[in-house]
Amino acid sequence: MSTLEIKNLNVTVAETEILRDFSLTLPKGEVHAIMGPNGTGKSTLAKALAGHPDYEVTSGEVLLDGENVLEMEVDERARAGLFMAFQYPSEIPGVSIANFLRAARQARLGEDEELEVTKFYKEMYEKMDALKIDRKFTSRSVNDGFSGGEKKRNEILQMAMLEPKYAIMDETDSGLDIDALRIVSEGVNKLKGPHMGVLLITHYQRILNYITPDQVHVMFDGRIVKSGGKELALELEEKGYDWIKDEVAQTA
Amino acid sequence: MSSLVPESLSPSLESFWQKTQSDTSAAPAWWQKRKAAEWEKFQSLPMPRRTDEDWRFARINSLNFDGYTEPQPIDEEGKRLLEERSLLPTEVAGVLIFINDRLVSFQAVDPKLAEKGVVWKPLSQAVEEDSDLLEKHFMSQPIELGSEKFSALHGALCKEGSLLHVPKGVEIDKPFVAYHWASGENASIFPHTLLIADEMAKVTLVDYFASADPNSRNLAIGVNDLYAGKGAKVTYLSAQNWSLNSLAFHLNSTQAFRDAFITSLNLHLGGSLARTESHSQILGENAHTEMLSLTVANGEQQFDQRTLQTHYKGHSVSDLLYKNALFDNGRTIFSGLIRVLEDAQKTDAYQTNRNLLLDPTAEANALPGLEILANDVKCSHGATTGQIDEEQLYYLLARGIPRKEAYKLLTYGFFEEVLEKLENSEIQEHFRDLIKSKFQTS
Ligand SMILES: Nc1ncnc2c1ncn2[C@@H]1O[C@H](COP(=O)(O)OP(=O)(O)OP(=O)(O)O)[C@@H](O)[C@H]1O
Ligand SMILES: [Mg+2]
Repeated sequence: MSTLEIKNLNVTVAETEILRDFSLTLPKGEVHAIMGPNGTGKSTLAKALAGHPDYEVTSGEVLLDGENVLEMEVDERARAGLFMAFQYPSEIPGVSIANFLRAARQARLGEDEELEVTKFYKEMYEKMDALKIDRKFTSRSVNDGFSGGEKKRNEILQMAMLEPKYAIMDETDSGLDIDALRIVSEGVNKLKGPHMGVLLITHYQRILNYITPDQVHVMFDGRIVKSGGKELALELEEKGYDWIKDEVAQTA
Repeated sequence: MSSLVPESLSPSLESFWQKTQSDTSAAPAWWQKRKAAEWEKFQSLPMPRRTDEDWRFARINSLNFDGYTEPQPIDEEGKRLLEERSLLPTEVAGVLIFINDRLVSFQAVDPKLAEKGVVWKPLSQAVEEDSDLLEKHFMSQPIELGSEKFSALHGALCKEGSLLHVPKGVEIDKPFVAYHWASGENASIFPHTLLIADEMAKVTLVDYFASADPNSRNLAIGVNDLYAGKGAKVTYLSAQNWSLNSLAFHLNSTQAFRDAFITSLNLHLGGSLARTESHSQILGENAHTEMLSLTVANGEQQFDQRTLQTHYKGHSVSDLLYKNALFDNGRTIFSGLIRVLEDAQKTDAYQTNRNLLLDPTAEANALPGLEILANDVKCSHGATTGQIDEEQLYYLLARGIPRKEAYKLLTYGFFEEVLEKLENSEIQEHFRDLIKSKFQTS
């Protein structure tokens, strides 16, 4: 039961149906990539899983190690072990990264437990160093005035600090320079191990050179239409999406 | 019983006044006369009325003097405890601690500064020793924002506070700190602050106001007057944490002369009804005043803020930013006026009030205003009242931070814009802690 199981998920945004009977099982310890044209619903999937209020789940099931995720509040989902690295992370003026992460870690402790602050900072600095994030960033406001790449790295820092069971990374590779892509990938590889499953949403095969996927899924019009090994990503990169469109049209 | 006495009179304050009179019988004549005049003024002025423009939106029925009385002296143990609670956030140039308008601790200035003429002492001592200076400056600035009656009561009953005089060209980096405690049920205190910075002087003063007991009912009427002479740089910070049953007034007035730079920040946390009036007067060219305020209103608290920026002379800047975070049935009133007189050309005057509503039951009222008689000025005023940004909230929740914590974090974040303007990072941190402690107790 160590899986994130998405069953026949239907999601509506602004009264338009975006996800249609979307199903996917992500076992812990595996990396699955999702690729697909713009507007097919990849981010919608991510946000619906994370409980964004604009995304209405009309039917379906999501089970995190057997627990019903859809019944949980947004913050409960996160504490249950679901992490979302956002495609467009929010800027929060006035809230420093250190305070933000402290609050997030404190929230994972019991009522009477106090976060050990020195340990926390030590760990945070180590993880920042590994991700080549300047330690000065701890006192900067979350994502406020960050470059695109800095925001993405900050998402991974959060992931590293929160050690989720399942991480959904929405185009974390977009906007990263070549070095940053490598650094971030190393960060993800270090984390993934047997204790974390990763759902990697991407448009580019490149990141998959660093983070080897166990499966690649192609998404189209709100559902997965084709799955395969990592070679599927190479094939997509080479041929584009039209041939899959044709395949889908034929089977329909 | 209270219906038998005139509305402005309270028997307990009346006897407080008689006691004050006998206590000051040996004081300089002008001081006695001034106090008698203020008492008379207090008695003759009417209580604010619902129809008074200066009291628009205010719940004036919460204004009453019933029971407020002269505070009792406090025992040694109580003194010791409050002294311990009078935290000094940073290295200081001098300290005064008052409990119930009585001096309990005094750290004088460094002898080197005293030699240069720096005066830092309790008001009671200054009345004797610096009579001329005091006579000239004590409550000589008009505030005129509606609390004249309460200001008069302060004038009559005030006996302690701090006098800080920094002579020409003396620059002091470390701040002076004063604590004003009210202790005991119905204890009434009237803390006074007078800061005079002469030409090219530089100084920072921090006033802390608080009730000793979070459940006591207190009356506090504080007056503070700041003078920034030519080219002087004055920073005035205050934090009030009166008990939630208290009625509090903070009446501030500043005068900025040519090239002066004044920063003031008032943090308001306590009080059942807390009214602030701030009048900033620009009396010279190229002066700059920053008027900052942070307020957390929760429970049934009401904060009533009236401000006036008067530009008598041109080529100067006044910049006001009042930020209020409101929870529960918290209520704020911001009423501000920028007044630019005919001669004050090339004035830059700004007034911003931002209200963050964290509960739909909270209420923020804003009455921004401009009155501009000069024709070549840059002035703006704006008031916004908004809820928490949904995307920001979602982001915090998505990291597992519970909603209540997320609200707090976003409130702290909302205040940072103001706090980060403070030069002294230790005081910044202390103010942050005070804000946080309000959320821990509620
Ligand atoms: N909040 C919203 N309001 C209205 N429409 C939305 C909203 N969010 C998504 N949509 C619509 O839903 C569809 C799917 O969007 P989504 O962001 O999930 O696509 P995507 O697969 O992530 O695309 P991309 O590759 O460009 O990131 C799009 O047509 C989009 O315009
Ligand atoms: Mg997307």
